Amino acid sequence: MGLEVHVQLDTKSKMFTRVGTGFGKPPNTLTDPVVLGLPGALPVMNKDAIEKSIKVGLLLGCKIAEVCKWDRKNYFYPDMPKNYQISQFDQPICEGGEVELELPGETPAVMGEHRTVMLTRIHLEEDVGKLTHYERDSLVDYNRAGSPLLEIVSEPDLFTPDEVFAYLTSLRNSLVSAGISPCDMEKGQLRCDANVSIRPVGTTTLGTKVELKNLNTISGVKQGVEYEIRRQTKALENGEEIFQETRRWNPEEKRTTSMRSKEMAHDYRYFPDPDLMPVKIAPEWIERVEKELPEKPFDKQRRYMADMDLPYTATSALCGDRPLCEYFEKTANLTKDPIKVANWVVNDLLRELSQAKRESDNDDGVSVEDCPVSPESLAELINLIEEGVVSNNVAKELFPEMFSTGKCARELVKEKGLEMKSDGDEIESLCAKAIEDDPAAAEKFKGGKEGAINALKGSVMKATRGQANPKVVDETLRRLLSN
Amino acid sequence: MDSNSLISKTATELSGKLTDGTCKAEEIAQAYLEQIDRVDGKVHAFLHRDDEDFLAQARASDERRAKGETLGPLDGIPVCLKDVISVEGQPLTAASKILQDYVSPYDATVTRKLKEAGAVIGGRLNLDEFAMGSSTENSAYGPTRNPWDLERVPGGSSGGSSAAVAAREAPLTLGSDTGGSIRQPASLCGVVGMKPTYGMVSRYGLAAFASSLDQIGPFSQTVEDAALLLETISGHDPLDSTSYPTEVPSYSQILKENAQPCALGLPKEFFGEGMDDEVRVAIDKAIEFYKGKGYEIVDVSLPTTDLSVPVYYVIATAEASSNLARYDGIRYTTRSERAENAVDVYAKSRGEGFGEEVKRRCILGAYGLSSGYYDAYYLRAQKTRTLIRQDFERAFEKVDAILTPTSPTPAFKFGEKSENPISMYLSDIYTISTNLAGLPGLSVPCGFTQSGLPIGLQLIGKAFDEGNLLCVAHDYDREHQFGCQAPTLED
Repeated sequence: MGLEVHVQLDTKSKMFTRVGTGFGKPPNTLTDPVVLGLPGALPVMNKDAIEKSIKVGLLLGCKIAEVCKWDRKNYFYPDMPKNYQISQFDQPICEGGEVELELPGETPAVMGEHRTVMLTRIHLEEDVGKLTHYERDSLVDYNRAGSPLLEIVSEPDLFTPDEVFAYLTSLRNSLVSAGISPCDMEKGQLRCDANVSIRPVGTTTLGTKVELKNLNTISGVKQGVEYEIRRQTKALENGEEIFQETRRWNPEEKRTTSMRSKEMAHDYRYFPDPDLMPVKIAPEWIERVEKELPEKPFDKQRRYMADMDLPYTATSALCGDRPLCEYFEKTANLTKDPIKVANWVVNDLLRELSQAKRESDNDDGVSVEDCPVSPESLAELINLIEEGVVSNNVAKELFPEMFSTGKCARELVKEKGLEMKSDGDEIESLCAKAIEDDPAAAEKFKGGKEGAINALKGSVMKATRGQANPKVVDETLRRLLSN
Repeated sequence: MDSNSLISKTATELSGKLTDGTCKAEEIAQAYLEQIDRVDGKVHAFLHRDDEDFLAQARASDERRAKGETLGPLDGIPVCLKDVISVEGQPLTAASKILQDYVSPYDATVTRKLKEAGAVIGGRLNLDEFAMGSSTENSAYGPTRNPWDLERVPGGSSGGSSAAVAAREAPLTLGSDTGGSIRQPASLCGVVGMKPTYGMVSRYGLAAFASSLDQIGPFSQTVEDAALLLETISGHDPLDSTSYPTEVPSYSQILKENAQPCALGLPKEFFGEGMDDEVRVAIDKAIEFYKGKGYEIVDVSLPTTDLSVPVYYVIATAEASSNLARYDGIRYTTRSERAENAVDVYAKSRGEGFGEEVKRRCILGAYGLSSGYYDAYYLRAQKTRTLIRQDFERAFEKVDAILTPTSPTPAFKFGEKSENPISMYLSDIYTISTNLAGLPGLSVPCGFTQSGLPIGLQLIGKAFDEGNLLCVAHDYDREHQFGCQAPTLED
């Protein structure tokens, strides 16, 4: 299998004009003479889109073209106001490259096998408009038309639906974390076509390929190629022939249906766009982009595991999300124990963020960047535990409140009088009372049952509403029980 | 001042009168409207007029002048545009039925520059549909007639622009030149017409015919006026990637300084067969004039000249087939009433909306780009185009400008060439290679045939050497002023 992934670049303006890009605006409001293809309108290249494409190329280890050249792809369809799309035909901006992916491990807690998938090319083009078909009429919205669109084409180097899923996940993580695109498939920011062919085990010639379209989610892609592999296998086993065609994935019926055969393929009459001069990509430009390149998610994961001893599960939750990693690293730098920080971020912070998302009116919810608990604030909380000012349990209860009120840990602790009680006399009397209230447990412990002390600890903690310093409680109980 | 004497003036003279207060912009505008009323029934240079808007602009100019806020020498001077150049709120038909209901929602960059200079933008001028043709016979709205002989064509494709200046319906007009569409009609109508270097004038807002060849340029009675209009519309435009980032000198100023005679090249390939005898005599006289002025006349060779017409028709039609794809009956273009499905909308709207020549060129161009033919046609034509450009570069090592006739013949009669596309294509044989090489060229009137038809002299310059080219032309023009002679156009 090989994938063609279309990614909308996150740029302020469109590929060839100053009109803004965006999603969810009233139809045909993000337009101008260039987007609408009015007589006399001319394209002007968006430099930011080129820079982002260079960035993607460098991230994925591609060879960056020396010249950015534009071609016209000619075809008549109402989603293209000019009836040609400005694209790159014989000189893509990036060639070669690879995507590292991780296959599922034996359990979610175990790291899976890593492999790399080879890329053929990456080229830049303008997106087309969106057609909505009704019974008699079709309506077209050009808001999306002309947005910069990157097409990432892989070699036929994917062999299982799991690999396809892992490839897309890894690619999306890389692109999102590098600020290339939010890659929201629901908003069409990432779209994927899959070419599927099968061949008998042990043979090397590729079979006839079938192109799958309408794969609208990453799981959809996986299900689509799973179905298509089954369909082709069955067909071949029944002695039928596979035709080169384009098939549409129907997510409701969970099957693919034929859209058009190879005979209906277009002659796109590609030729260099005379309205756009080829643009030299100077080595200095590439060098500058390279310097600003963010760390790749898998490299980060390896670093966290090697340098900070983080467990695999924590790194796999962190590393796909660059703002979350930045949050983690900032917090970790302010504390002594990165593992504890990772656990706080992965468990408590993510839980609050996803809850906030569920409760929010817009689907974006609260991002890590404007999280009400700053890295400084979380570090303070963790340090308060470390210093013995609050107990771990109290801290766990404080965090949601910090998140909802935006108050800092120290402030809340003071306000609520939650400082841990380490006062010897008070704890000693509470411990004594606990032994007195539960003589059976005391006896069991004395008889060598280590675990029995927990019941005694529990009642001390309950009496102090979790505020007693567990270390002091433990020491006191052992001292009293050894008498 | 009587209107007849106003319309005979050059733009420079009118500008002088506005400056010294001997007339008002509104009077000038009024005088031209009267002339258009008087003669355009015969000439048919205009496709559309908005007299109210025209007069309002003139009055606004007068008000500016009264307040001492005049915007420059073109403030208050009428300029009319070929109907492929966008003016906000005005129709743009490209002389095609398919755009019959289209009104442009934006100004072309040249339009904006003219407005900023205070020019009074007039009516829309006729052309061959989408600038494809050499006679203005291909207009969907009827041909323009040559003011010197109404039985004859004004040339094309900017025939409305040349005829309007010749018939004194406008002191200045703009046209577009893809293979000679400014120079050839200027020659046939006895006015000055100039195609600037490719990249000198923004194409933003010009309905494209062939993007790598199209340039907007001025028509006027004199070279001096052409310089004034050119310096107003030239310059780098961030909205046109093919516009060249260069400083535009004041050509009017350059013309005032006395230029030194330079070397003029005569390409032997242009002086062979096919040239009309009377054209040859007029050109020879012009050469003698330059010799007398101290110019050095040098024989040069442009060996690829005979390839320029076939190369042009492969490249220009290929680009056109793609550029005109947007006129499809879906959005702003006229939709066929017979269309019953999506494919019909395209096929029938384009079938009904485009004229024969436009369809011929779109089909030809699509063929040259088709898979399997691309290498043999389009790619080969591009390679040959490089050879043509190199021919000129070699010639310009020896000379400063090249002198040729603009057109092999004076104006021909209606129907004379329209039945045979090839003979029509050959009428641009002297002008096409200039576009392929991206060079500036202009046509300046150099006399009349015995039957009173104008003849044009073409001068071709080095890239972005408009200043020198205008000087050479001005040296001839200020002593001859053939463009200041007007046809009679009796009632």
